[in-house]
Amino acid sequence: MFSAWVVVAALAAPALATAADLPGRAIAHDQEKGNCLACHRMPADPGAETAATLGPPLADIKRRYPDRAALRAQIWDAGVKNPATIMPPYGRHRILTESEIDLVAEYIHGL
Amino acid sequence: MIARLALLGFAVFALEANAASATPEEDRSAFVQTFQQRFPGVPLDDYVHGGFMFNRASRSHYDDIMAFPPFLGDIERGKVLWDTPFRNGRTYAQCLPDGGRNLAGTYPRFSTAEDRVITFEMLLNRCRRDNGEPEYRYDDRATMGVLTAYARSLSDGMRMDIKVDGAAALAKYEEGRSLFFRRIGQMNFACSNCHLDNAGKVMRMETISPAVGQAVHFPVFRGGDELYTLHMRYTRCMMQVRAQPFPAGSEAFNNLEYFHSYLSNGLPMQASVYRR
Ligand code: HEC
Ligand code: HEC
Repeated sequence: MFSAWVVVAALAAPALATAADLPGRAIAHDQEKGNCLACHRMPADPGAETAATLGPPLADIKRRYPDRAALRAQIWDAGVKNPATIMPPYGRHRILTESEIDLVAEYIHGL
Repeated sequence: MIARLALLGFAVFALEANAASATPEEDRSAFVQTFQQRFPGVPLDDYVHGGFMFNRASRSHYDDIMAFPPFLGDIERGKVLWDTPFRNGRTYAQCLPDGGRNLAGTYPRFSTAEDRVITFEMLLNRCRRDNGEPEYRYDDRATMGVLTAYARSLSDGMRMDIKVDGAAALAKYEEGRSLFFRRIGQMNFACSNCHLDNAGKVMRMETISPAVGQAVHFPVFRGGDELYTLHMRYTRCMMQVRAQPFPAGSEAFNNLEYFHSYLSNGLPMQASVYRR
């Protein structure tokens, strides 16, 4: 229910919205959801408070992931690229729903 | 083993791949070598400080708090429990060899007679049972928690000295070891992913401690006042990875503690320390 609403909101969001306004941000930051800040810094988002060094800082993403599907795939199951990864398999283990992953990917893409 | 580590370049795989063939002593030295290569110049005895061993500022914060520990009241309550005779007039000190001194660092032990691992906490409960007292729950801070905060301090300074002798003991050690390396929970983490592969890195705000040195300094007081026994900490880490945790005092945790304590052989015991 909530996520359906969020999808609609995301589609309605203006094209020039900054990363900080995107609905995927709350999901990515929520400790009960994405909890990405446990492992990643997000230098482009001044509100992302963490000292994490477990994963690489998420920066310059658009240039490195021109194809958003590749970014989404990394979030869905990081184990495909790196079987030894410690990044949780958000899609494969249903830690996030498919639409939540879309929203997170959209937010991360802007970092 | 060291050559093997260097060849593979990635310590975890070397440690994992040797699961069946490694002796406990080979395991321990592989862990130690891995960490010492990654953190050159840190003396092994400093590993008892966990995440605080990596950084001078956080270490001096730790030292400041340990100079006047906010948890002295809990240790005092534990001493009262320890000193108060059972209804039959006997005491823990009478029930244990050498009054319970320099004992915690030799537990867990494998009992051949019972074919299972016996922890120091089980020993305290046996003392109670043998003297007609009800046993304490292993997750009860107010009884077993504070009791061990005092009883373990009687072994401060002794070197951890865990023995794994014979095939039956080794089987329990292996069970603990396999839990340590098994990916569990919705987050799909093994203990080794954090406390071997990523020790020294920061998870949000906390520096992850290496597995070597973790078993010598329990209980800990998180935030200065929240007591965690070793098994309670295991439970917490399992909950963090969203796995169904084993209860404190369970056989799975006893076996894990057996393996996990062996890794700290040779390190000084220090009961009750501050943790963030
Ligand atoms: C427990 C640690 C952990 C968590 C939590 C985590 N990651 Fe990661 N992530 C990593 C690690 C480690 C890597 C490095 C590559 C690898 O091991 O697969 C990584 C890599 C990535 C990459 C590729 C980065 C690059 O530079 O190519 C992206 C994108 C990413 N993570 C996004 C996320 C998002 C989005 C979340 C939250 C929804 C998240 N991560 C949560 C540990 C984590
Ligand atoms: C996703 C990462 C992660 C996983 C997986 C994990 N832990 Fe932890 N663990 C931590 C963090 C973070 C801390 C707090 C910082 C510290 O002291 O290491 C911690 C603390 C501990 C401590 C206390 C260390 C101390 O000095 O106070 C013990 C013991 C421990 N973990 C054991 C385990 C065991 C056993 C497992 C597997 C069942 C496990 N952990 C799985 C992240 C993890």
